[in-house]
Amino acid sequence: MKDDHAMDLQLLLFAKTHEWLRLDGDVATIGISDFAVQSLTDLVYIELPQPGRVLKAGEVFGEVESVKAASDLYSPVAGTVVESNTKLAEDPAQLSASPYETGWLIRLKVSLPVSRAGLLDAEEYKRLCATESH
Amino acid sequence: MRNLQSTQLLFECSQPGRRAAVFPAADVPPQAIDEWIPCEHRAASPPPLPELTEPEVVRHFVNLSTLNMSVDTHFYPLGSCTMKYNPKRHERLAGLHGIVDLHPSQPEADVQGMLELLYTMQEMLAEIAGLPGVSLQPAAGAQGELTALLVAAAWFRSRGETRTKVLFPDSAHGTNPASAAVAGFDCVQLKSTPRGFVDLADLKTHLGSDTAVFMVTNPNTLGQFEPNMTEIAQMVHDVGGLVYIDGANMNAITGVARPGDFGGDMQHFNVHKTFTGPHGAGGPGAGPIAVRSFLTEFLPGPIVTRRERPTGGFTWHLTTPARSIGRVRSFFGNVGILVRGYCYLRTLGAAGLLAMSQNAVLNANYLLARLQDVLPVPQGDRCMHEFVASAKGLKERGVSAMDIAKRLLDFGFHAPTVYFPLVVAEAMMIEPTETESKETLDAFSDAIHAILAEDAAFLHDAPHAAPICRPDEVRAARYPILKWTAPPASPETAHAH
Amino acid sequence: MAYLFNTAAQQRRMLDAVGAATLDELFDQIPAKLRLGRPLDLPPPLTEIELESHLRGLAARNVGQPERVCFLGGGSYDHFIPAAVDAIASRSEFYTAYTPYQAEASQGSLQAFFEFQTLICQLTGMGVSNASLYEGGTAVSEAAFMAMRVTGRHKKVAVLESVHPEYRLVVETYLQQVGCDVVVIPTPGGIAAPDAVRQVLDDQTACLVVQHPNFFGALEPTRELTAAAQAAGALAVVSFDPLSLGLLARPADYAADIAVAEGQALGIPMQYGGPYLGLLACREEFVRKMPGRLIGQTVDRMGRRCFVLNLQAREQHIRREKATSNICTNQGLMALRAAVYLALLGPAGLREAAELCCRKAHYAAGQLAQRAGLRLLFDQPFFKEFVVHAPHGAASLISRARQAGFDLGPVVAAGGEREGVLVAVTEKRSRDEIDRLVAALTP
Repeated sequence: MKDDHAMDLQLLLFAKTHEWLRLDGDVATIGISDFAVQSLTDLVYIELPQPGRVLKAGEVFGEVESVKAASDLYSPVAGTVVESNTKLAEDPAQLSASPYETGWLIRLKVSLPVSRAGLLDAEEYKRLCATESH
Repeated sequence: MRNLQSTQLLFECSQPGRRAAVFPAADVPPQAIDEWIPCEHRAASPPPLPELTEPEVVRHFVNLSTLNMSVDTHFYPLGSCTMKYNPKRHERLAGLHGIVDLHPSQPEADVQGMLELLYTMQEMLAEIAGLPGVSLQPAAGAQGELTALLVAAAWFRSRGETRTKVLFPDSAHGTNPASAAVAGFDCVQLKSTPRGFVDLADLKTHLGSDTAVFMVTNPNTLGQFEPNMTEIAQMVHDVGGLVYIDGANMNAITGVARPGDFGGDMQHFNVHKTFTGPHGAGGPGAGPIAVRSFLTEFLPGPIVTRRERPTGGFTWHLTTPARSIGRVRSFFGNVGILVRGYCYLRTLGAAGLLAMSQNAVLNANYLLARLQDVLPVPQGDRCMHEFVASAKGLKERGVSAMDIAKRLLDFGFHAPTVYFPLVVAEAMMIEPTETESKETLDAFSDAIHAILAEDAAFLHDAPHAAPICRPDEVRAARYPILKWTAPPASPETAHAH
Repeated sequence: MAYLFNTAAQQRRMLDAVGAATLDELFDQIPAKLRLGRPLDLPPPLTEIELESHLRGLAARNVGQPERVCFLGGGSYDHFIPAAVDAIASRSEFYTAYTPYQAEASQGSLQAFFEFQTLICQLTGMGVSNASLYEGGTAVSEAAFMAMRVTGRHKKVAVLESVHPEYRLVVETYLQQVGCDVVVIPTPGGIAAPDAVRQVLDDQTACLVVQHPNFFGALEPTRELTAAAQAAGALAVVSFDPLSLGLLARPADYAADIAVAEGQALGIPMQYGGPYLGLLACREEFVRKMPGRLIGQTVDRMGRRCFVLNLQAREQHIRREKATSNICTNQGLMALRAAVYLALLGPAGLREAAELCCRKAHYAAGQLAQRAGLRLLFDQPFFKEFVVHAPHGAASLISRARQAGFDLGPVVAAGGEREGVLVAVTEKRSRDEIDRLVAALTP
C-alpha cells in the first residue's frame, strides 16, 4: 500500500470484498482498496449508482471492469446514495492513481450507529491481503 | 511485397460518384414511388455508404485477407477450437444448385432430397452420441446448450418438479454458465481437484432436489477424460437431475466412446469443430443437440421425420414434437454448415471417424511428449486430443505464456489458446488436430524450444514480423471507437482529395 | 483414410516417442466399460467422386431455381448476389480462420468486421452495431434481454402480432424460463393501432417489438410506436429489412432504441434457412449492455492503427453467468458477405435495388388484383411483399402457382377463416415472370 496514505488508512474500515469505508458524521464515503485496484490491473470502466438509490449492506452497487475481468462492487453498509464520483466514468485511470482520495466511488447517507459487523480495520485488512496474494 | 494501401478503410477510399453494382432499369411501367410509399416513411437520402468500384472493393478485401492466419495457410493449434482442415469438396457441394438456392418455405415435396440429407444427419448424430433424439436447429454450441437446458426445464415442468440449479465445474467454458443464466437457472460453480477433475465431494455437497442439470465437458478442457464419469452421472441421476455433456471435445472420442453410454442425457455437437464446418473467422457454426428418448418430445421444432410409402420407399417431413419448447431460431437451422458436416461424415464413415479421433489423440500426445521437457503439463504425460501446458516456470525469467504465443506468430505458427482454462497458471492449451503431419508437429516443437532460448526482452516485443504488434487493449476499452466516423471537413483534407 | 497424414511408420515412431505400444493404449483414460467396443453404425465412406454424385442426386430431388421462380418471402428472399461477394467469401484466409482473439494474426478479419459495424451504423443511422448475431429471430430475443438490462424491467415484453410469427415464437421460447411475459398486441388491420399499443405498455414493460416493414410486408406507424414505447419508459425495438433502407427512413430517423434485422438480404444465399445474419445496432449509451462481439479501433506499440476484440468483459468467456448473452460463435463469414455487398452497392446501388423491389412488387400487386381478381388482404402501404387474400384457401392458391412454375408464400393466417399468401417480389423478378404468374392465377 502507498505510504502517503498510511495516516488516512487508520480512519478506514474495510470489507472482505476489498471496499473501504470512511465515516464523516452520517455520510459514509466508499471506495476500493489499493490492493483491489492493483489486482484488477488496468481499469477501463466503472459503473456507479444514481443518487437516491437505497442500498442494503452487502448489496451490489456497481461494477469495475478491466480488459479481461469484471468485478461487482458491494456496499459495506446500508444507506442511501447521495453522490457518485462521476469523474471516474470519464477517467477510470483516476481510481488506479488514487484509490483512497480522488478515486472514491460513492457517498452514502447512513443511519447511525453503523453496524461494523464483518468489517475489518486497516491492520486486519492488511493481513487478509497478505493471505490472498499467496 | 505488402500493399501499403491495404489497411485504408473502405470509407477512406470512397469517392463521390463511384459505382460497383448497377441494377437494370425497371421493366415495369414507371410510376412515382410517392404514390405507394407515403412521404413520412421515405428517407430523405439513401444511407451514407461508401462509394467504390468493384476492383477496389475486391483488392481491399483480398489484401485484408492476407493479414490473417488461417488453417489453409498455417498450423493453428488453438486448444478447444479443433482447427482442422476444411475440405474443399464441402464448399463446392454446399454451393450446388438445389442446395444453396432453396427457400426455407418451399413445400416439403420440393425439398425431399434436402430433408433426406437432414434426416440422415439426425440419424448419424444420434448414433455418434448414443442419444436418439436430435434437433439440428441450434446455430452454435452455446445455443445448443441453451436449447438442451430449456428442454430439460420443460421435462421437469411436465413432471411437476421445480428445479432451479445448474452445476458445472470451474474449468467449464464460459458458455455453460451463460447459457444456464439465459435459461433462467441459478448457477453453481464447483471446485476441481488439483488434477483438474470434477471434485466428487464438492459435487455431492451441492447436489440435491433442486439440481436440474450438471453440465460437464468430457474430455474436459484440460484434455483429460473424467475418470469418475460413471459415478458422477450416477450421483446426478440419484437426485433426479440430468447430465449435460458439452460436446466441444468430441474430436477426441468419436467412435471410441459415446456420451449416451457414459451417462450423458443430453449433449451438443460443434459441427464447425468436430465435423469441420469452417470457422469463418468467428462463425457461422451449427450446434445440434442429441437427447435421451424421454426428452425427445420437448425438442424445438421442426425436426425431420420419415414415413414409409405404401408403394415402397420413404417420404420426409417436417414435424414439431408433441410438447416442443418452441423454436430457438427462425427456419430450420444453419443448413449450409450442416451440409458440410454431412459431407464429412459421409466421407469418413465409421472407420474414418475412429481414425480421426485416434490420430487427433496421437498427434496431441506426440506433441506433449516433445514439449514437456520445456513446458510442463500439470495433468501428466498423457492426454486426449489436447493438453494444457503451463509457462508458470518461466515467470522468474520474466517470460509469460502470452510472450511465447506472440513469438510463435513470427515462426509462422498460430498461437495456442492462452490463459484458459483458468485453473492452470499461465495456461497454454494446445490442440494440434489429426490433419497435421509429424513434420509440422516437429517444426512447431522446434520453434517452441528455439523461442525458450531467446532473450526475455526480445520476447516482450514479439511478434516482430506480424502486421501489428501488441495492440493497446486498455485504450480500446477505455475510449471505445467502434465505427469509423468522417473526419471534420477542413481545407487541407479537401485539398488532399 | 481421408485427410490423415501419419503413415504407419510415422505412427510407430510417434507412439515410441509417447511411450505407448498401441493407438488403443492412448485411450486408457476411458474406462473399458464406457467404450463403444464396436464400429459406429454409419453409412459406408465415400470417395470424392462418389460423394459428389450422391450430393448431386439429393440436390436433384430438390426444386431450386430456375425450375421454379421464387416469389417466396417472409424473412428469406431471392435477392441478387454480386459475384464479388462469393469471391471474397471464398478466400480461405477468411473462411478457415478462427475468431480473431489473437489480434496480430487476425487484422484482416478484425478490420473487415470493424467496417461491417460501420456499414451497419451508416445503414441504420444507429450509434453502434455489434459484429453479428445468429439470425433475425434470435436478434429480437437478444434485443428483448438487452432492453430488460437497460430498463431494469424484467416482467413484460410487448410484441406486435405483425412481427414474423417465428420470431415471436423464438422470443417466447427464450423468455419462458425467466419469468417474463410476452404480450402479443393484435394487429387486425395489418399494422398496429397506436392507441391499442399505448394501452398495453405500462411501467413494467421493458420494450415494444415492432417489425417494419412487418411480416405482412406493410409499413408500421413507426414514429408513433417508438414514441409510445418511450413514453412508457420502455425501449423501442425495431426489426427492419436492410434492403428497404435504400428507400425507407432509417431506424434512427424514427427514434428506434435498438434496431435488429435478418441480414440475409445482404448477399447471403437462401440455403434452406441458414446460416443467415443477425444484425443488432443501438444507441451508443447502451453499448456495455449489448450482446455479442464488438470490434474496436486502437493503436499498436508502434502507434499504427489496428483493431481488436473490444469490451470483452460483457461476454461469456469473462463474465460467465453475468454475461450480456451466452453467444460465442457468431456469423462472422456472413457479416463479411454483408460488408462486401454493401460496399459494392453503395448508396446509389442500394437505392436502385430498393426501388426495383418496390416498383415490381407494386406492379405485381396491381396486376394480381386487376387481372387475377386477387385483392390484398390488408389495405396498407407496403415495400416489397404483400399478402393476397386466398378465397379458396392458401393451399389451393399456392398449388396453382406451383403447377405453373412459381413459388408463393409462406401462408398468413389472418384470424378466423381468413387466409392469405405472401408474395415477395425482388429486383431479380422480371416483368415477364410477374405477368406469367398473374396469367397462371387468372381464372
